Amino acid sequence: MSKTLSVSAIQNGTVIDHIPVGQALKIIHLLKLLETNQCVTVGFRLLSRRMKLKDLIKIEDYVLTEEEANKITVFAQEATINVIKNFTVKEKIIARMPKTIEGVFICPNAACITHVEPMESYFYIEEQGKAVKLNCRYCEKPFDRNQVKVTI
Amino acid sequence: MARVHGAACAAPTVDQGDSVTTNSLYGRDVVSIGDLSLAEIKYILDVTAQLKAAKTTPPALTNKLIAHCFFEPSTRTRLSFEAATLRLNGKVIGFSSDDSTSIKKGETLQDTIRVISDYADLIVIRHPKEGAARLAADLSTKPVINAGDGANQHPTQTLLDLFTIHECQQKLDGLAIALVGDLKYGRTAHSFAKICKLFDIRLFLVAPDALTMPDYLCDDLKKQGVRFSFHQSIEEVISKVDIIYMTRIQQERFSSVAHQFNKAHYNLTAEHLINVRPNLRILHPLPRVDEIDVAIDKTPHAYYFEQAANGVFVRQALLALALNKELSLS
Repeated sequence: MSKTLSVSAIQNGTVIDHIPVGQALKIIHLLKLLETNQCVTVGFRLLSRRMKLKDLIKIEDYVLTEEEANKITVFAQEATINVIKNFTVKEKIIARMPKTIEGVFICPNAACITHVEPMESYFYIEEQGKAVKLNCRYCEKPFDRNQVKVTI
Repeated sequence: MARVHGAACAAPTVDQGDSVTTNSLYGRDVVSIGDLSLAEIKYILDVTAQLKAAKTTPPALTNKLIAHCFFEPSTRTRLSFEAATLRLNGKVIGFSSDDSTSIKKGETLQDTIRVISDYADLIVIRHPKEGAARLAADLSTKPVINAGDGANQHPTQTLLDLFTIHECQQKLDGLAIALVGDLKYGRTAHSFAKICKLFDIRLFLVAPDALTMPDYLCDDLKKQGVRFSFHQSIEEVISKVDIIYMTRIQQERFSSVAHQFNKAHYNLTAEHLINVRPNLRILHPLPRVDEIDVAIDKTPHAYYFEQAANGVFVRQALLALALNKELSLS
């Protein structure tokens, strides 16, 4: 196999690695990366020794905040988040799953009040082994993380 | 998440004649049955029993104005809240549908609640959207009681169900209870299932496949160690239970063939009551259509009208506790 990188290296910024396949786009919306001026490189379905296949995101010239890193864990519990300086890993950000998350997701329940009022959604997050459940504070329904869409 | 409004935070007590107990419900919202601890539920049921037994109703809401905001139609819940308010010497403002409100002009629920919470001392809300009562409680400067938010929660119904079960069985633990009918969309069944984890209750879930209890509630029952099983007809369970809790199946959800099948399997008739436990009592949140034959009304097993009457006492207890730091019931 060629040693050529599937996704080019960045000089400075943040690399989010070991994202489960299919979750990278959600993280891009979650972090609102399409609304920023940063150069963002994304890899889908890349080969991985640990995961067989993975997604990956590189954000140039931007270091994620702790809060942003914590939000990522909802979609990628075991993601590796590295801060890059001069093409080398300067720091690993240890992310923890937040207990609540506000204004990020759309409640999948069409009958939920959050769909008709000008308000932010609010979910309680519950880890059940490898599964992540999101419980809407308003309609009180639980959802799997794959059921919820990110507010765009 | 329980919230305490205004000055209600300071060490309140309730005077019950001989005993003084902390009234943690003073200034509190009652949005979801899950907001209440077991001790608080038992306390509400105890105050309800005292109010029902009292020869005279205490004027616990004197000089208090209660806003009854019913954004969708209701008969029993609205009138029982009104009766409870008036019997406690309180006054009522409000509306019985959103036709007569500025919601029709496009006003948000949030603005409506902000304004009404400045007019009244407590808000009772029923709304078709799930979570509306939680939002109202977030914005109101006064306590909010949820009188039903879509298919989500109806905590005062659950409390009156518990009170009624205790009244007719003299206990809440060690009972076998069948929930029958629409267990998919019926909020009374959902709220009741959620509360079972606090008691030693064996549940029998009797519903057509299309209307069975949602998975997320069954998962929760499993997690909480509640014993339950699924059944296709009333006959399978009726001899094994102390309470049969009927709910209405909305026949418009089914074809005419399925309707006839449901009628045969989920409608209760006097013939069903031949080999039942003597203490069996039948409950129903009402209104009923044809799921309980009127011939049952005359049997000692019928308890749904007593259940409806208890709604006033439970709501009296909640209103009185929410607005009285100290409540004299002697």
